[in-house]
Amino acid sequence: MSPLDLLVAVPLALMIAALLLGTWVRWLLLTAIPVMAGLTVWLLLLPEGSAHVVGDWNLPLGVQLRADGVAQLMVGAMAACASIVGLYALHEFAPGPDRSETAHGYAFWPLFYLLWGGANAGFLSTDLFNLYIALEMVSLAAVAMAAMGSLRAALRYFVIALVGSLAYLLGVALLFANYATVDVTLLAEMARPDLATKTALAVMTAGLLIKAAVFPLHGWLPPAHAAAPAPASALLSAIVVKVGFVILLRLWFEAFPAIVAPAGLEVLGWLGALAVLYGSVQAIRQDSLKALVAYSTVAQIGYLLLAFPLVATAAGSGGAWAGMTIHAIAHMLAKAAMFLAAGLMLKAVNGHRLKDLHGLARAMPLTVAAFGLAAVSLMGLPPSAGFIAKFLLLEAAVEQGAVFAAAVLIVGGLMAAVYLFNPLAWTFAGSDTPVVEATAPLRTAAPLALALLAVSLGFAGQAMVDVAASATSARLPAAVAVDVR
Amino acid sequence: MTVLLHLYPLTGVALVGLGFYGFLILRHPLRQILAVNVVGAGIFLVLGGLGRGAASTDPFPQALVITGIVVAVALTAFGAALILRVAEDERAPDDKAAAKTTDDHT
Repeated sequence: MSPLDLLVAVPLALMIAALLLGTWVRWLLLTAIPVMAGLTVWLLLLPEGSAHVVGDWNLPLGVQLRADGVAQLMVGAMAACASIVGLYALHEFAPGPDRSETAHGYAFWPLFYLLWGGANAGFLSTDLFNLYIALEMVSLAAVAMAAMGSLRAALRYFVIALVGSLAYLLGVALLFANYATVDVTLLAEMARPDLATKTALAVMTAGLLIKAAVFPLHGWLPPAHAAAPAPASALLSAIVVKVGFVILLRLWFEAFPAIVAPAGLEVLGWLGALAVLYGSVQAIRQDSLKALVAYSTVAQIGYLLLAFPLVATAAGSGGAWAGMTIHAIAHMLAKAAMFLAAGLMLKAVNGHRLKDLHGLARAMPLTVAAFGLAAVSLMGLPPSAGFIAKFLLLEAAVEQGAVFAAAVLIVGGLMAAVYLFNPLAWTFAGSDTPVVEATAPLRTAAPLALALLAVSLGFAGQAMVDVAASATSARLPAAVAVDVR
Repeated sequence: MTVLLHLYPLTGVALVGLGFYGFLILRHPLRQILAVNVVGAGIFLVLGGLGRGAASTDPFPQALVITGIVVAVALTAFGAALILRVAEDERAPDDKAAAKTTDDHT
């Protein structure tokens, strides 16, 4: 037994339990949180480069799960995020007096656990075919969650996600035909720069760019994320897009670092820069709060791609790598907090436009504070985790003389300030206090806890850099051969 | 023999191209899902065909293909259900459907 397979198996078992439990389904969370927290702590305590092959089937046939720095940070942030969003959802999907919300409640919980298990599998696997399965599990849960808000947006998301999955699968088929294995660590040892490998890498990257909603393949994201109920939006924006990103990391920096052309990395960097600029401009133009937050996701995903050429050039120093990884988890926590806070505010005023928030800071100070703290991390202001991430990336960009990347990092931060100050300004507008229904304390606490976590992780900056850096050493094939069975 | 060995992957590639072309030109979501299924069939043919040796057949790609087919069937069923729900909502513009569409802010 290893925490590595339990982290995938337990949420899936919980999913089946959630399908069977009926009316009591939402209380399953109270079992899930301590168990998953325990497993996550166990994972964080594992020695560096621990790996486990599922069912004792050895490579190249078996499926390897591995605890490198990226996996540890992502699974940890995922556990925090899912636990707190789950607590918020406990109220969101409580049976109403007319039992109208219960249909959503029944549907939400199995999807919630499916997403949790799928995302953990995506963060931990090194087997490209297993990653395909993880990608599909996450997409299935994500589409169904999006369908709770808008069926049309969900259908659009589903069709485009299906094409992304198949592009990825085509790449897996080509790689298997060429190397007779689909394990990342084994591929790294025998990668050849031939046409089949390059084609496979190209189609897989294209598929993953769809899944991660990278500009210009982001079209499905804003309608799907903005229409879903608040806890679903939080999970979609915080977690689902990160799974595609982590698989991109595995491909570009673990399986094929030796054969990727610098031009390919440059293209990804450019796409990232365009995503930051385009997403920010669109976020500034929105007058619906949830659409604004959704476009902010498009912009923030851009930074992850912008970091690709910086990471590749920064040979030896893990600064850019750590910056990229920390940005992923900082965005995870801050964006989940922001969607939950936005959900509470919009429910209170029964509207969805920015001007509906008029004077809300006096009626819901804690929720507006949570939104503000999440904004601090997204803008990259000190001392937040978002600041550490952008600082490390900026440092790497300046060191390498990547003037354009540095400029995008700075301009992107300023634009984030513009689009996030806009809703905050509305909450402080006027002098009257709008009358709103009081929300349950747990629901007010959830976004605040996530936002505080995003800001206070900045104080643990060095620790996070160390954990993330263990990934850079794990990229050497020798370091991953250790087995803790 | 070599022609036969390459027949399956080449047919697979042709199916992938055909399916992708269909996906791009067809507008109805049901047709798009069918087109994507053609792409899927092509990929499975590539995967299975390349695992076929002259003397023996490698079972590993077959296991991958079977898993892939299970995923494809599940997703197709899910997509068909989603299309049905959208069609129902459009056909019955009662309160429930109206509430659903006003949820869609964007």
